[in-house]
Amino acid sequence: MSTSLIAAPVLLPVLAGTATLLFRLRRRAIGAGISVASCAALVMIAALLMARTFGADPQAYALGNWPAPFGIVLVLDQLSALMLVLTALLALAVAVHAVLTGLDRKGWHFHALFQFQLLGVNGAFLTGDLFNLFVFFEVFLIASYGLMLHGQGAKRLTAGVQYVIINLVGSSVFLVALGLLYGITGTLNMADMAVRAAALPAGDRGILQAGAFLLIMVFALKAALVPLHFWLPRTYANTAPAVAAMFAIMTKVGAYSIIRTATLIFGDEAGAFLLPAALLTMVLGYAGMLAARQLRDMAAFGLLGSTATLLAAIALFDEAAMTAALYYMLHTTLAAGLLFLLVDLVIRWRAVEGAGIVPTPAYKGKVALGVLFFITAIGFAGLPPLSGFIGKLLILAAATPAPLAPTIWGVILVTSLMGIVALARAGSSLFWKADSSPPIPETRPAPDYTEAAPTVGLIALLVVLAAAAGPITAYAQSTAAQLFAPQGYITAVLGDNYGSAAL
Amino acid sequence: MISMEFLIASAIGVLTAAGIYLALRGRTFPVVLGLAMLSYAINLFLFAIGRLAVNQPPIYEKGLEQFSDPLPQALVLTAIVISFGMTALIVVLALRSYLETGTDQVDGTPDDDSDEEARP
Repeated sequence: MSTSLIAAPVLLPVLAGTATLLFRLRRRAIGAGISVASCAALVMIAALLMARTFGADPQAYALGNWPAPFGIVLVLDQLSALMLVLTALLALAVAVHAVLTGLDRKGWHFHALFQFQLLGVNGAFLTGDLFNLFVFFEVFLIASYGLMLHGQGAKRLTAGVQYVIINLVGSSVFLVALGLLYGITGTLNMADMAVRAAALPAGDRGILQAGAFLLIMVFALKAALVPLHFWLPRTYANTAPAVAAMFAIMTKVGAYSIIRTATLIFGDEAGAFLLPAALLTMVLGYAGMLAARQLRDMAAFGLLGSTATLLAAIALFDEAAMTAALYYMLHTTLAAGLLFLLVDLVIRWRAVEGAGIVPTPAYKGKVALGVLFFITAIGFAGLPPLSGFIGKLLILAAATPAPLAPTIWGVILVTSLMGIVALARAGSSLFWKADSSPPIPETRPAPDYTEAAPTVGLIALLVVLAAAAGPITAYAQSTAAQLFAPQGYITAVLGDNYGSAAL
Repeated sequence: MISMEFLIASAIGVLTAAGIYLALRGRTFPVVLGLAMLSYAINLFLFAIGRLAVNQPPIYEKGLEQFSDPLPQALVLTAIVISFGMTALIVVLALRSYLETGTDQVDGTPDDDSDEEARP
């Protein structure tokens, strides 16, 4: 089979996004249909790529057939395929939710921006070139600026200005890091850089480390690690909840980039500050969940905390921990997306009090919403029988041999408890407590129950993740083994003899 | 005679310092200027990573031993395009946010003595 299918996850969103522009004013349903169909096709393509890559060596696709390291390559390995599947599944749920709730009609170009964001995210997962990674980062950031402001409003604009400014500064630091790395290694191809960085004279290592530090800092900014986390709660809490659900994948792009560059080029010394920062972020995130007075803040802080849990597992930097991290990454992305979609449902179905965590009189659909909230909370907090429990268990088991094991165990267990308390408190306020305010009139029409379809779909995915934990951890295990043996990646990009010839 | 290295390095340093200072200001306009300066500094820096050399041919003929590195120039072009577009976007956003919230503070909260500070 040819390797050209590797380019499909990048090309399909471009074509679909452009096509949706044609249905801007009239027949908007066709545009929405194209967008959802593109997401569904992405799920299938990603699954196909994943099946092809499982147990096989990484494959490279040279764009324009220019050979690496001179041309730009897209590289598919097990980690890329896993991220593509995850992105496509989340995107499908969010796209369907946006269409069902009419979010895409609240402003212009929702679907085009959505598809271009997918293009950027998929490209970042596939590219084998550092500068190209920067470009794909910019592509999905630019699309995210548009999506973040979708629907508008003064608060959203203020938060949007801050979000754009912080990311522009991040991009500047990214370019400085790229400049340092190119200046010292003379290449931007990641595989080539791995070979050349290993052969660097001792006197030049300082500059390499400075570049690595800056690069990891940028990725940590995207993943919202302390002290670079201030932008996330405000941005995510002020955008439309469904858009925030899609943004759950963006913090994971930061995590992915850390995994990719650390295992391939820099080794674990570049990320020495990651573990303490991640532990601190966990405490902060879950404390923020406890302190939140409205649901959107709570979900945003929950995303902050759970991404930090993921980064703590990555920072342990061995095969067992990476296996746990990859499994937990699947869980936490879907669970965070699920939580945001559910928050949107609460806001819409309740239709009073906005997103406030306050009791309200009975309304139609309250029981169904309560059941959904209960299951989501179990999934997000990491209680059995859903997948969060397995993910956290794997991380705890992998952390046991680490020198900081007691601290890691303590932080993960305590923050999980904080998450459970926060969700339980929110749930009992929303659905249990009696409220003395005048009842909502019976005549108010019942909510459209089909709106819950994507939410139920994500819950089903969490169930699958828990039920098929065996095969999925086997895949994650094999992925982790592939990551810690980067020679396969380098050979796939540069060919067999390159490494020895350069040395 | 001041060396070219000193000139380039100090230009990057001054631009970066000015950019960071302005980017930390409380109002959107200085912040936009700061981001622009920061991006100029980055462009110069990227330009310099191909090493500073004069009177060298580009990669063109076979057998050239000394030639200028064309890649940083391509990188700078990409960086210029992206930062130009981003600056335009942030200007529009800042303007919209000023018109909708009535303040040009980055954090969206108007201050009491806004009239005094707004004057140049």
